[in-house]
Amino acid sequence: MSALGELSRLKTSPGRGKTKIKIKHKDNKAAYWFLLPWLVGLVAITIGPMFMSLYLSFTDYNLLQAPVWSGFENIVRMMEDARLHNSLKVTFIYVLVGVPLQLALALGVAMLLDRGMRGLAIYRSIFYLPSLLGSSVAIAVLWKQIFGTSGLVNQFLAMVGIQGPGWISDPNTALGTLILLNVWTFGSPMIIFLAALRQVPVMYYEASSIDGASKFRQFITITLPMISPIIFFNLVLQVIGAFQSFTQAFIVSGGKGGPSDSTMFFTLYLYQQGFGRFDMGYASAIAWLLVVIVGAFTAINFLASKYWVFYDD
Amino acid sequence: MTEQIKSPVTDDRKAATGTDEEFELIAAQAALDEERLPREQRNRLRALRRRERKAKWSVARSLLKHLMIIAVAAVMIYPLLWMVVSSLRPTDVIFREPGLFLQTFQWENYAEGWTALSHPFGHFMLNSAIVVLGSIIGNLVSCSMAAYAFARLEFRFKGLFFAIMLMTIMLPIHVIIVPQYIMFSQLGWVNTFLPLIVPKLLATDAFFIFLMVQFIRGIPRDIDEAARIDGAGHPRIFLQVILPLMVPALATTTIFTFIWTWSDFFSSLIYLTDPDMFTVPVALRAFVDATSESNWGALFAMSIVTLLPVFIAFVLGQKFLVKGIATTGMK
Repeated sequence: MSALGELSRLKTSPGRGKTKIKIKHKDNKAAYWFLLPWLVGLVAITIGPMFMSLYLSFTDYNLLQAPVWSGFENIVRMMEDARLHNSLKVTFIYVLVGVPLQLALALGVAMLLDRGMRGLAIYRSIFYLPSLLGSSVAIAVLWKQIFGTSGLVNQFLAMVGIQGPGWISDPNTALGTLILLNVWTFGSPMIIFLAALRQVPVMYYEASSIDGASKFRQFITITLPMISPIIFFNLVLQVIGAFQSFTQAFIVSGGKGGPSDSTMFFTLYLYQQGFGRFDMGYASAIAWLLVVIVGAFTAINFLASKYWVFYDD
Repeated sequence: MTEQIKSPVTDDRKAATGTDEEFELIAAQAALDEERLPREQRNRLRALRRRERKAKWSVARSLLKHLMIIAVAAVMIYPLLWMVVSSLRPTDVIFREPGLFLQTFQWENYAEGWTALSHPFGHFMLNSAIVVLGSIIGNLVSCSMAAYAFARLEFRFKGLFFAIMLMTIMLPIHVIIVPQYIMFSQLGWVNTFLPLIVPKLLATDAFFIFLMVQFIRGIPRDIDEAARIDGAGHPRIFLQVILPLMVPALATTTIFTFIWTWSDFFSSLIYLTDPDMFTVPVALRAFVDATSESNWGALFAMSIVTLLPVFIAFVLGQKFLVKGIATTGMK
């Protein structure tokens, strides 16, 4: 069904077709022709650069001179780099607060929209539109105005006599505005939830309501377990996506990650090191740290899923 | 005769009034019986009654539900509407008018924004259009070929390759961007559109391969078998049988590629530094940097201009977008 489902299924059924190995390889020649562009891309654009950046992580390289092997210098530097640590903290807060909020809203609205209500298509479109626009520069521009000192939010607050702060220029609230922007794009997980909710057999609800179960009880004992694989799927995807957020923080903070590094996402710091200062060796090391972190988070998600994800088959 | 004709009518009436009485009777009987029923059944009966009572409230409840949804939708969509309206206002009004009411249409913001940078905005839109077109063609050709192999052919390392392909969907682009930049800059491709288009020609957007694999798996194999019996090889089966049948998946790919490439900021920021080559997102960013608080009207106007193609793609391609997300689960 989903990419994640495919991956876990691949893992659980090793060597499924070993006995018919001769039949299995009958299309070798044609297949490699069809796969040629993808294979070239995989080697030249993806895997090759991955190994290259692993190598660069252990070098000092500024693009002008050849890379100089520096051993673990970059790693030691990462351990001592307070700005990097801060950027990790900022990114973790963004992911750990933003993603659960986004998914909760997505599920909540999907539940309201479920099952043949009037105007469903229109509502769905309205909720989905922000996810398509959310990563664009234009929306970041809008956000910059809305949460500015005399922006839309403060104009509304002024109507009820509250003098709002400059949300984006205040280090305490700047990250919050970006989290809100992420929550605003709840439409795409919502559509996945909608599809999942339709898969839950109606008879479960009928049977339980005849037995006198309340709506809340039904949600806890039927809905949540039945859609838990999809919650998991959305969680993994949104976490991976959120770790890589870049554009909004870049535009809202004018590329600086400010005020006082409060919106300095990990990716933004990487960009500054690599493409601002052309410190390519260090930037590569940071990029690998990102891979390790995203990989660790995904692994934790997979391990924890054993305890709360329920598979019907 | 008249008696005979009338009597069924009165009988009917009797029956009609009778049903009420009968119903009451049955209900009373049921209430009595209920005491004698085993507890489980009694609960069921009560639940059914409760549902009947609830039906009366269902209209009110659905109304409430709609109100809640509309409230959420209004909060979400308000900033967008306000941006559209504000793009038609003088800048000083933008900073004191939170409402949507527009007294006069002022198109100057658009005229001013269009020519605010070193090139007219149309120049950047054309650049973006070239990149988008190249990316769409690249994704359509390379991803559909790979998808055909994964969905229909049997070959060595298929399982391994498929797993690698799925994992590359989740790989952060940042881990490869530094060496990629080094490679493309050594090829002399910085400040050309090649770094943005060539990867698509090499099927690096693996997400679309997966989407197409899913789609091809849904096409009955009998169709290819029939073509094979007629003597068609794989290239012909792919071109003349599978491709025409997978038009919906190709449409989904086209629309997503369009929207994502049009909005893609990161790659353009890294590879395009010459204003002559700017795509829309980096041009807009340059505009943000160039304007101080004074020119928000023009900035809003150009923001709307950059969002408009995405919005149009969304309206035209909604069906494919929703289907694409629901089956593969991506933004």
